[in-house]
Amino acid sequence: MNVFRHAVIIAGKDLRSELRTKESFNAALAFSATILILFSFAIDPFSDTLREMSGGLLWLVFAFAGALVLNRSFAREQANDCLDVLLASPASGASLFLGKAFANFMLLLLVELISLPIFAVLYGMNLMANPPLLLGVLGLATWGMTVVGTTFSALTVNLSIRELMLPVLVYPMIIPVLMSAMKLTTLLLSAATFTTGDWLWFRLLIGFDIIFTAAALALVDSILVG
Amino acid sequence: MREKILTALGVGAGLYLLRNLYVMLLGLPDEAAQGAIYRIMFFHIPSWFVCFSSCFLAGIASVYYLVKKDTRADALAVSLTEICLVFCALGLVTGMIWARIIWGIWWTWDPRLTWAFITFIIYCGYLMLRGAIDEPSERARLSAVVSILACVSVSITYKAIDWWRTQHPSPVLSFRTGGGNIDPQMESLLYNNFFALVMLTVVLIAIRYRQEQDQREIDSIRRQIHALSN
Repeated sequence: MNVFRHAVIIAGKDLRSELRTKESFNAALAFSATILILFSFAIDPFSDTLREMSGGLLWLVFAFAGALVLNRSFAREQANDCLDVLLASPASGASLFLGKAFANFMLLLLVELISLPIFAVLYGMNLMANPPLLLGVLGLATWGMTVVGTTFSALTVNLSIRELMLPVLVYPMIIPVLMSAMKLTTLLLSAATFTTGDWLWFRLLIGFDIIFTAAALALVDSILVG
Repeated sequence: MREKILTALGVGAGLYLLRNLYVMLLGLPDEAAQGAIYRIMFFHIPSWFVCFSSCFLAGIASVYYLVKKDTRADALAVSLTEICLVFCALGLVTGMIWARIIWGIWWTWDPRLTWAFITFIIYCGYLMLRGAIDEPSERARLSAVVSILACVSVSITYKAIDWWRTQHPSPVLSFRTGGGNIDPQMESLLYNNFFALVMLTVVLIAIRYRQEQDQREIDSIRRQIHALSN
């Protein structure tokens, strides 16, 4: 149980530090808002096309905003060799990873929960068709993005071209998550009923999260320590 | 001795490919529906077989590197990944040429095409990462992790896009369909070309593997000289 206790402590530290400085949170939120406004210039805001593309547009925003949060996750530990201290502490690599992933998840989810009503208000979308399922999709897809993103954030932390490598590695890997999330969010925003085929996307999200969480936990020591 | 075996294998692969080309162009008739362009499939399908096998073997070599820290496994993984990318590109290009003639377009967002494109991008990222890290053991360790995760992601993406409606032709080989979808002569040539490409792949991997090992040795000597000169 020590793993989870340490993970909670690390997540708490990260969230506290982020809420005090708000460096990546503010950047991600400002970025989301700007892109949401720019959509109105790209597509007629009240057309059916926007409704059909709503899930895709939203998840593109979340994926790009996510990169801003994930980039800072391990990079902030570089100052004063904090990462070395964390690695030398009794907390295992798995707790460090889980703590960081959980903090990123909370931050990203917060950005999404703020952006979503803005999107709904600006473009006349209905979020109330099935709120628990929408929250479920948001949670599962965000965790999938976070777990892959945190893994690569750890992997690229010492690279001189970290900011360039992270998106190159993360985006192609999270395509299954983005595909499912886009498909399901579009259905939920247009209040369509789910068919059996649509539930497959939901299962894909769950499967992706389980597989990548397990793979990341198995590989995190190789990434951080060697 | 090793040189001779590789040369023999390379020459053998070349002759085998020539023989296959002869049968393909002069021995087999045009296909009833597609005409002459169907012959591109004798390279398209085996290219994908080689691409799949290489990327999964690279994943296995990467696991072995992380467990045993054997630099030979890392050299093998990078050689396999580069071969995987070459055949992925070959598969994409041959597929696009076929699509231009049969479908009238170079590209469509068909699930299999999309998957192939994603695979190509993922493994390009792997090679870019290798280029960005100077320290050999760190490069080997981190790229092994990426290779394993890439293998997992490629498999999941393949499954995911399977749920889309596809424009890509269904499998025709007997081991997938139980037989009856392809002329036995054509199927036999397809396997023959696969074996010829596998022979060529083995030669290419062996050459690239040795280059990687030599590069490692040169880097190590360079570091020693640098340390001594300071």
